Amino acid sequence: MRCGDFKDNYIADEAIFPSIFVKFWLILFFVFLLILPFIGGSYILYVANLIGVAVIGAVGLNLLTGFTGQISLGHAAFMGVGGYTLAILITRAGFSFWLALPCAGLMSAFIGLFIGITSLRVKGLYLSIATLAAQFIFGFLFIRWESLTRGIRGINIPPPRIGSFLFDTEQKFYFLTLIVTFLAVAYGRNLVRAPTGRAFVAIRDRDIAAEIMGINLFKYKLIAFAISSFYAGIAGAMFVSFMKLITPPHFPFSLSIQYLAMIITGGLGSILGSIFGAVFMTLVPEILNLTTSYLNQIVTGFETVFNPLKETVFGVLIVFFLVFEPRGLVAVWYRIKRFFLLWPFSY
Amino acid sequence: MDILPQLLVSGFVAGGVYGLIALGFVIIYKATSVINFAAGQFMAAGAFVCWTILSFSSAPIYLALLASIGFAVLLGVLVERIILRPMIGEPIISVIMVTIGLASILIGLTHLIWGMEYRTYPRPIFPPQPLDIGFAVIPSGLLWGFIFAMGGMGIFMIFFKYFRTGVAMRATASDQQVAMSMGISVKRIFALTWSLAAVASVVGGVVISNISGISIYLGDIGLKVLAVIILGGLDSIGGAILGGFIIGILENLIGVYLDPLVGGGTKDVAPYFVLVVILMIRPYGLFGKKIIERV
Repeated sequence: MRCGDFKDNYIADEAIFPSIFVKFWLILFFVFLLILPFIGGSYILYVANLIGVAVIGAVGLNLLTGFTGQISLGHAAFMGVGGYTLAILITRAGFSFWLALPCAGLMSAFIGLFIGITSLRVKGLYLSIATLAAQFIFGFLFIRWESLTRGIRGINIPPPRIGSFLFDTEQKFYFLTLIVTFLAVAYGRNLVRAPTGRAFVAIRDRDIAAEIMGINLFKYKLIAFAISSFYAGIAGAMFVSFMKLITPPHFPFSLSIQYLAMIITGGLGSILGSIFGAVFMTLVPEILNLTTSYLNQIVTGFETVFNPLKETVFGVLIVFFLVFEPRGLVAVWYRIKRFFLLWPFSY
Repeated sequence: MDILPQLLVSGFVAGGVYGLIALGFVIIYKATSVINFAAGQFMAAGAFVCWTILSFSSAPIYLALLASIGFAVLLGVLVERIILRPMIGEPIISVIMVTIGLASILIGLTHLIWGMEYRTYPRPIFPPQPLDIGFAVIPSGLLWGFIFAMGGMGIFMIFFKYFRTGVAMRATASDQQVAMSMGISVKRIFALTWSLAAVASVVGGVVISNISGISIYLGDIGLKVLAVIILGGLDSIGGAILGGFIIGILENLIGVYLDPLVGGGTKDVAPYFVLVVILMIRPYGLFGKKIIERV
């Protein structure tokens, strides 16, 4: 049984996948992901697509809030910007999905840069309020700027296509989601090992000391905002493309709270944590939905309870994790791993 | 242009009410350096409780109000005990998130218990005649809200300045450890702080819902009040009051003059625009203290 952690060169120390076991299980996991569309029903694939979108968004938010310490309450607004950019480019400017997707990300990143400028002057609490203001201002713009967004009527989006092959079912879209999510997570994982990622962490922990050591705070904060918004834009664009429709109620403040809940329950400052949190927080409403529909057969009227129950459960989960497990699910994961790793000496 | 004095007056009066709600935020921030994102939900919960008391009993108005205040105290103590006490010493993002989680819980619970419909009070809480001051008319809801708000703020200011417990709260806000060494029970002060803030929020909630009805959207007003406290400075009571007036007036002006251009809805989003502008120009607000950080 492998016991302890012995590396004898720097390359081994810095590797993302530290051992053969990890690589083996990871490959097995990827094989499972690839087989899933052929063994799972359309509901499972629907949830899988939602999870993929959530993972992208959560990784983005974690990069900003977990790694750089800039609290953002406006993540849903950036997703909305990405979604609307995609919708408008596809329906009005005739872009293909493949071109519109990166453009959506870039537009979000640009807006994110703009909001990030406020981070120059304020930090912590004040920044969270600024992003909250951004959330509501964008929500207002989505509804009222009718010439651009068609207001509450929304925009219908045709599915992506390659030649004559349409990605219009959950099964086909799943492959697209898989690739984009994989790229997003891989990039994020490498970013946080790179000097940029370390600069982010330095800013979070002691930003004045970081500045003294030569890290340009403003530049790295802006980079964090831009990258995080890029991820949000991509997530939003993927989401609306999957739903084939975009309307303002798709991006409310409660969505921002949901993403924050994802990274808090998953683990701030950890890419793996974002994945855990995204999966967890996407499954919770679905399980709740199933439970309330099931209970509805026994006691009618339970269905109306779903929405407020969802809010309550989210709140309880956030508070519970913050009070009892502030480092998130990823800390639980590492505890379990370490237990087995060090067994029988795991005390 | 003769609608302008009316706008200014009703904005001013509404601003007084915003100031009262802002007080709920500022009290907590002053004592514990925490922004309570759930204050809006305290308002909504208090308004619903008051409505329930008024609808299901024939208790006189002042008793219902007192009961709502009692509920507020209970809520404040519970929140402090169960949710905030374990968070002492955690980084600020965790505390902010906990209040957001609390807000979520409260939204869900009020929705569950009272449902989504828009309600009004079965009996008018305040005398219904409006006040006519010559160049403007103040509707009764706003008028009495303003009176309550001013009264409430006056009481708070006197409390903080002249009463021992008020001074103890200011001492705890300034430096917890020194306050403890002086014999002030910081835990009790925290509980008291949250109770007082809850009372301010609940009274504000009852007053506002008297004007615009009770629904779960009452909580969004709490978020609007964030603009008020940022404008005034997070830890300044006077700033909260002044900020309330300014935002109240600005909101009315922007609502009337910009709504036709955009098709409505500007009144709700105006405070957020103001917020962004203030954060760019003067982040610590009119009277807030600049935070000096040391490595």
